[in-house]
Amino acid sequence: MSDIAIIILSTFGAIFILLAAVGFVRMPDTYLRISVTTKAVTLGVGLILASAAIYFDDLSVTSRVLAIILFIILTAPVGGHLIGRTSYFLGVGMWKNSVLDELKGMYKENSHTLTSGFEGETEEEEKERKNQHNN
Amino acid sequence: MTVEEYLYYIILPILAVSVLLVFYRFVIGPSIADRVVALDLLITIGITLIALYSIVYDQSTFLDIAMILGLIAFLSTVAFSYYLEKRMKAQRKDKKKKNE
Repeated sequence: MSDIAIIILSTFGAIFILLAAVGFVRMPDTYLRISVTTKAVTLGVGLILASAAIYFDDLSVTSRVLAIILFIILTAPVGGHLIGRTSYFLGVGMWKNSVLDELKGMYKENSHTLTSGFEGETEEEEKERKNQHNN
Repeated sequence: MTVEEYLYYIILPILAVSVLLVFYRFVIGPSIADRVVALDLLITIGITLIALYSIVYDQSTFLDIAMILGLIAFLSTVAFSYYLEKRMKAQRKDKKKKNE
């Protein structure tokens, strides 16, 4: 019974990792590649580690596996965000068919401070903008 | 076919192919951020390889090393992004001085 569970979990994990690797080669720009590595690979690693936990069926191994999975789930988004932010500052280009770049013009180039672009407006202008947004 | 044989002859080759694909991206680049992400991905796939080998050889102590590798992968990504950003700031400063 546990053999079947191990085989199913490890097969799905390997398929996820293989698809992530294919996507990592075929995706057109850096940001899309980062999104591939932080989602599919995290799931694949979690599944294969879970199959290891089922195989050993031991509390010490299971707790170790849970610690690894928790750590990967916590750190993958943080690392992806950091490297994405850095590549944005480095001026890595987006894919030519990308539709929206919401950060364009919002970052101060020297200090890397993020602004919303609406700092200088008075209260009345803010009200007007919000009314327009609601309509 | 036992579980060990299935993992050894089917799952491990699939992971080996994916390591080769990621390494191909690591070589061709094009930006340095791609290479950092590829390195992170290689270490993460290395964790799964260690988990599979710990099943095949029935040695649960291998998983400790997988844990340490996870720590190192995160640290290297953070350090790379931090120093890349710092280097870019220094380059901007140099440019400004030259223009003056």
